[in-house]
Amino acid sequence: MIHFVLLISRQGKVRLTKWYSPYSQKERSKVIRELSGIVLNRGPKLCNFVEWRGHRVVYRRYAGLYFCMCIDEADNELEVLDIIHHFVEILDRYFGSVCELDLIFNFHKAYYILDEVLIAGEFQESSKRTIIRLLSTHDSMVEMAKEEATSIGNMIAQVTK
Amino acid sequence: MALSGMRGLSVFISDVRNCQNKEQERLRVDKELGNVRTRFKNEKGLSPYEKKKYVWKMLYIYMLGYDVDFGHMEAVSLISAPKYPEKQVGYIVTACLLNENHDFLRLAINTVRNDIIGRNETFQCLALTLVGNIGGREFAESLAADVQKLLISSSCRPLVRKKAALCLLRLYRKNPDVVNVDGWADRMAQLLDERDLGVLTSSMSLLVALVSNNHEAYWSCLPKCVKTLERLARNQDIPQEYTYYGIPSPWLQVKTMRALQYFPTVEDPNTRRSLFEVLQRILMGTDVVKNVNKNNASHAVLFEALALVMHLDAEKEMMSQCVALLGKFIAVREPNIRYLGLENMTRMLMVTDVQDIIKRHQAQIITSLKDPDISIRRRALDLLYGMCDVSNAKDIVEELLQYLSSADFAMREELSLKAAILAEKFAPDLSWYVDVILQLIDKAGDFVSDDIWFRVVQFVTNNEDLQSYAAAKAREYLNKPAIHETMVKVSAYILGEYGHLLARRPGYSPKELFTIIHEKHPTVSTSTIPILLSSYAKILMHTQPPEPELQNQIWTIFNKYESCIDVEIQQRAAEYFALSRKGASLMDILAEMPKFPERQSALIRKAEDAEVDTAEQSAIKLRAQQQMSTALVVTDQRPPNGMPAQPSIGPLSLVKVPSETVDSNPGDQGLTHPNGVVYKEDPQPPSQDIIGDLLGTLSIEGPPGAVAQSPQSATYEAEGAPSAADAAALVPVGEESGSVQPIGNINERFYALCLKDSGVLYEDPNIQIGIKAEWRAHQGRLVLFLGNKNTASLGSVQALILPPTHLKMELSLVPETIPPRAQVQCPLEVMNLRPSRDVAVLDFSYKFGPTMVNVKLRLPAVLNKFLQPITVSPEEFFPQWRSLSGPPLKLQEVVRGVRPLPLPEMANLFNTYRLTVCPGLDPNPNNLVASTTFYSETTRAMLCLVRIETDPADRTQLRMTVASGDPTLTFELKEFIKEQLVSIPTAPQRPQGPAAPPPPVAPASQDPGALLAGLL
Repeated sequence: MIHFVLLISRQGKVRLTKWYSPYSQKERSKVIRELSGIVLNRGPKLCNFVEWRGHRVVYRRYAGLYFCMCIDEADNELEVLDIIHHFVEILDRYFGSVCELDLIFNFHKAYYILDEVLIAGEFQESSKRTIIRLLSTHDSMVEMAKEEATSIGNMIAQVTK
Repeated sequence: MALSGMRGLSVFISDVRNCQNKEQERLRVDKELGNVRTRFKNEKGLSPYEKKKYVWKMLYIYMLGYDVDFGHMEAVSLISAPKYPEKQVGYIVTACLLNENHDFLRLAINTVRNDIIGRNETFQCLALTLVGNIGGREFAESLAADVQKLLISSSCRPLVRKKAALCLLRLYRKNPDVVNVDGWADRMAQLLDERDLGVLTSSMSLLVALVSNNHEAYWSCLPKCVKTLERLARNQDIPQEYTYYGIPSPWLQVKTMRALQYFPTVEDPNTRRSLFEVLQRILMGTDVVKNVNKNNASHAVLFEALALVMHLDAEKEMMSQCVALLGKFIAVREPNIRYLGLENMTRMLMVTDVQDIIKRHQAQIITSLKDPDISIRRRALDLLYGMCDVSNAKDIVEELLQYLSSADFAMREELSLKAAILAEKFAPDLSWYVDVILQLIDKAGDFVSDDIWFRVVQFVTNNEDLQSYAAAKAREYLNKPAIHETMVKVSAYILGEYGHLLARRPGYSPKELFTIIHEKHPTVSTSTIPILLSSYAKILMHTQPPEPELQNQIWTIFNKYESCIDVEIQQRAAEYFALSRKGASLMDILAEMPKFPERQSALIRKAEDAEVDTAEQSAIKLRAQQQMSTALVVTDQRPPNGMPAQPSIGPLSLVKVPSETVDSNPGDQGLTHPNGVVYKEDPQPPSQDIIGDLLGTLSIEGPPGAVAQSPQSATYEAEGAPSAADAAALVPVGEESGSVQPIGNINERFYALCLKDSGVLYEDPNIQIGIKAEWRAHQGRLVLFLGNKNTASLGSVQALILPPTHLKMELSLVPETIPPRAQVQCPLEVMNLRPSRDVAVLDFSYKFGPTMVNVKLRLPAVLNKFLQPITVSPEEFFPQWRSLSGPPLKLQEVVRGVRPLPLPEMANLFNTYRLTVCPGLDPNPNNLVASTTFYSETTRAMLCLVRIETDPADRTQLRMTVASGDPTLTFELKEFIKEQLVSIPTAPQRPQGPAAPPPPVAPASQDPGALLAGLL
């Protein structure tokens, strides 16, 4: 299983973290510190796996952003690399050529999307179309609720006028 | 720039981004936290929008790595909001901020359950996602059944069901005892017919978790897995959206093959044939292409197929095909493929018959050791280590040595350890071994742990042929201008002991040896000086006739150190000075070190990797265990014409013992040295044995009082060092061989194992019985490791379990013979039926030569193993405490004759027995309140509460109250605690020498209380 997902920028800034195994806040900071030290210092033409504390970390760099996932030693590394790319493709389709800034300002949306790709550290859905469709339904539900709220607000405003 | 849709949030994020440095960022974050905190305090005024915004800000701050210790309540409360937008935020933020151990989660259980059983599928999805990501025990207890229902419900849409499958997977993985999957095989088989590939993928993951635990129940799923795989691999009937770079869902393919690896074999010939067809197609039909993503996907499938082929023990032809493929992979340009090629080749080593084919790739693997990528280098090192045997040890070790000088610092320690082990294991001749270790020290002294050089000293001491060779080598190294301090230690030690053997050669006169050793003296630290002093003393002794000049030189040095601040150095200097004036008797006193008793290599123990928590036991490991359960015997391959078959040589003593065996318990390691001094195993350098040696001999023939007791032996005496050891001092070496006596104290080993889960249960010169246990609620799994330490096999091996009535125990087959130097692992399943303090006994016997050895050993399946620590809050404690009023559920007793313990120590003792001490519950500081959960089949999980009232004026008495929902449990637990308080059994109190026979253990041991009392 995937123990955690980590998005770090080339400068070592955390862009997204998601933990599927229980880590305390202290451990989390330590993990992030250690791993950014290891992953960011790796050269470009090396493999996408590093060994770390008895686990494997599968990572891939997209522009200035590193996507890292930590798995068990016996897991299939390439499968996880495919998950990373799949996730990136979905982000890309959702945001329309995604860039780091999209993820910074919409980190909460990145969380929604991740929840459609992974649950319990396991892969959930391989159809991009299904996921995108679902996300847009959710977005429209939020929109609708907002409109409702404003229309109720208008009504109240009219009544109290 | 896409906007988050919340201005306040965007502004805050930009502010943080614009901070010039960490300090500014912290200020900005602190300001925001203060703001959010005040807003939450006057909650009334918050609109849903604001609430959402603040909760998001909190999450953002938390994600950046700052501590957010408030606001959890607000996040959790959003979950119960009626509208989707708030609910969604609540769920997502809660899942990020909290983990399964947070108490706050309890507040949400009801709402989550309502969402799961409600009709709104969007809410169902949110709830399932949360539980799937952070659900703990309580969630499992109250929700598992509902989640199971959703998964198989025909009225639910796929999007809910796939989440339900993964949610269930999490609950099951975390608490398999809570989730009831009896009779789920049919359900799972049905789920595998699922048309929706999303649901199928999730269900397959669930299946992997289920079969990894119990494949027996899921045989009916096997053909379905093969069908699924066929359908995917042939790309039949797969919707376009479920292909990834033209490959039908690689994830589902990988998962399916993973599940198949948990079944020991595929029996049905038709299914087997179809499976092999598919696998063949995957193996042959995968090419390296330009597109990296396509490559990754196709190779993910390919490597999983390889693993499955290995698992299925395909025909040799297919195996060689696999090795050939891997051989191709380790030479390609694509680093990922190279890495995985090496990794899978290492796994392939477990398959018999292919080692030789793998060896053909040795050159390429050695090249990988110089790969620019450390990950790949690590894999290469692992593979070389694994594939090394007598035939290629020389090449491989020399390669490793060469690589050592250029290796990364991060790898050097591992590298030198591995090289040392291989050299020891597969040395074609012993002088080569010595060469390797000395080179190792020379090249990477900083990374050579003490164990490595202790080992080489043991070797040289135990092999006479080697001694002059080693001395000559040591002399050579000392000639170098700058050498590592460890090298000084080894060389000085060896030259002191054996330099005299070469006295006739030019350059080896005592004086010359002294000069060359002493030249290094100014450069060494205090830890080396004692060794130098010993070595001078030995040189002096060997100088016959005495040379006054040399004598004076050395005496001056002794004199100088007689006032050294370091007590070890001071003592040695004083003793050697006094001794060296004794004239002829010096010869006896400083005689050569006797041979070391055969012992397990500390290096190998060290090399065993620390175990890591993994979600599922890997199929490979599981397979290894299945092999064990049929008690398959693995023998170390030995050179037929290897080392002389001298029973006391160290190198062959490769008994593999579970990691963390005895080293955490040095008390267990007291060994009787042939000439009579008890000394500690490896953790101390042999140099200190010299002192021990000296003293030991002195106690027989030297004038008493001439030398102060060394602190070391004094400690042992104080600990009640076996008086039998002293007696043994008078017994000439080799006379003990008639009867087999246990090494170490059986009782102490037992008590130590009552507290920890792995270690040595029993050891004698022929066999070592290690134990490793895992406990889960009322069940346990023990593995007995029977290691034959001899070069001859042990016959008529019999192990009989005599379980008390409250334990159900099942031992797997124990083979009748244990081959030389092999280790057999026998799993033992334990189930606790009801509370009792009775102890199970292992009646173990074997035959070595003409001697029949029989021992009865208590097994550490004791009451406290079925306890699980639990912390209770005052709100939970007091009602419980009150409701359990009086006997027989609540028992009180005044205990006298308690071993006086300070309160914190007593609390520690309780915690080690898995009784959680809850500080602050009792207002009286002299009292102690503890809680725990006891598991057995009849009582299930039952909360137990304990209160101890101590009298600060008299620590030897106390009043104890124990309460639980079961009268027997209360009584047994009370008695158990009493036993622990009256004696603290871990400390080596009882002077029971290693020579003492195993304590008589009543086979049925109906009354362990009496038994324990008998031991006191």
